[in-house]
Amino acid sequence: MAYFTKFGDFQFDVLREIGNIGAGHAATALSKLMQKEIDMKVPQVNIIPFDKVADCVGGAEAVVVTVFLRVEGDCPGSMFFILDLDSARHLLEQITGINKDVYEWEELEVSALHEIGNILTGSYLSSLADFTQLNLQPSVPALAVDMAGAILSYGLIALGQVGDFALTIDTAFFEGNEKVKGNFFLIPDPESLPILFRSLGVPFDGDN
Amino acid sequence: MEIIKIGMADLGVAKSPSKLRTTGLGSCVGVVLYDHIHKIAGMAHVMLPESSLAKSGEVTIGKYADTAIPHLIDLMEKAGAQTRNIVAKIAGGAQMFAFLGNSDTMRIGPRNVEACKQALKEANIRIVAEDTGGNCGRTIEMDAANGVLQIRTVNQGVKEV
Repeated sequence: MAYFTKFGDFQFDVLREIGNIGAGHAATALSKLMQKEIDMKVPQVNIIPFDKVADCVGGAEAVVVTVFLRVEGDCPGSMFFILDLDSARHLLEQITGINKDVYEWEELEVSALHEIGNILTGSYLSSLADFTQLNLQPSVPALAVDMAGAILSYGLIALGQVGDFALTIDTAFFEGNEKVKGNFFLIPDPESLPILFRSLGVPFDGDN
Repeated sequence: MEIIKIGMADLGVAKSPSKLRTTGLGSCVGVVLYDHIHKIAGMAHVMLPESSLAKSGEVTIGKYADTAIPHLIDLMEKAGAQTRNIVAKIAGGAQMFAFLGNSDTMRIGPRNVEACKQALKEANIRIVAEDTGGNCGRTIEMDAANGVLQIRTVNQGVKEV
């Protein structure tokens, strides 16, 4: 916890704004892809024990469709685009016209959702890179349909080496009738937070 | 009957008829130990292979294979188990995102499995069942009454070892 105790309201506001800008751009991209209006909730910035990280997407055992990528460059971290099974099916149907249950997906469906995830996480990250003037490079994204806890734990490996808490920037979005809803999750690696704050000229006591 | 939930980087001990359960093992490894004579079970949800990886002063004992396993054995002995009766089963250590295979971080699953085996070997504890690797998440539940470990995955349903 010690790592995060130096945060004040202002730092939290800045992180929420990062979620807002990133997810805002991603939601716009999604809206264009679906040709539907997409709404976004106020980003949640949470400092939570590892165990609780999966709670906001239905718990560690909830089965979710996730596009995961590592952010490399100046400010490493993990990025997740998470949908529940129904949302993933609806999203695929809206964009490609294919209506198939997630468990029936084959290469084409997986590849389509992969690409959608790629576009959305790409717009999140590139707006963040513009905003901070940091060099952020996404890894090749990967798709998994599995338990949320098992998937999200990949964002916690670097954090596990410095403490027992994670800082997550979580932005939920939904289509007007809530047939498609999901979350963008950004989990910065611990060393990235001072870099992020410094890039925006935000004072951060953790600087040393 | 009580089900004791073990969180990430946590560990615990249960006596018959209680059960121990941990959910959503991805690259993490669930280590369960069992003394069949005294019907005492222990479970750890190991997240990282070695405590030498810790970059801050404090080490959360349950997080690392090399600290969690010896500590779990201690706890079981305090609860009345005898080390010579204890056997181990391990599950987890998946590599859910194979494409990221080159970096050490993303190979964490196999590294966790290796480290758990090493720590068990050093403690002279035999592994009687193993369900590790692959690319899927696992939820496990250990019954202290009979030492049966139930492993649930999304695609392959439930199996018992």
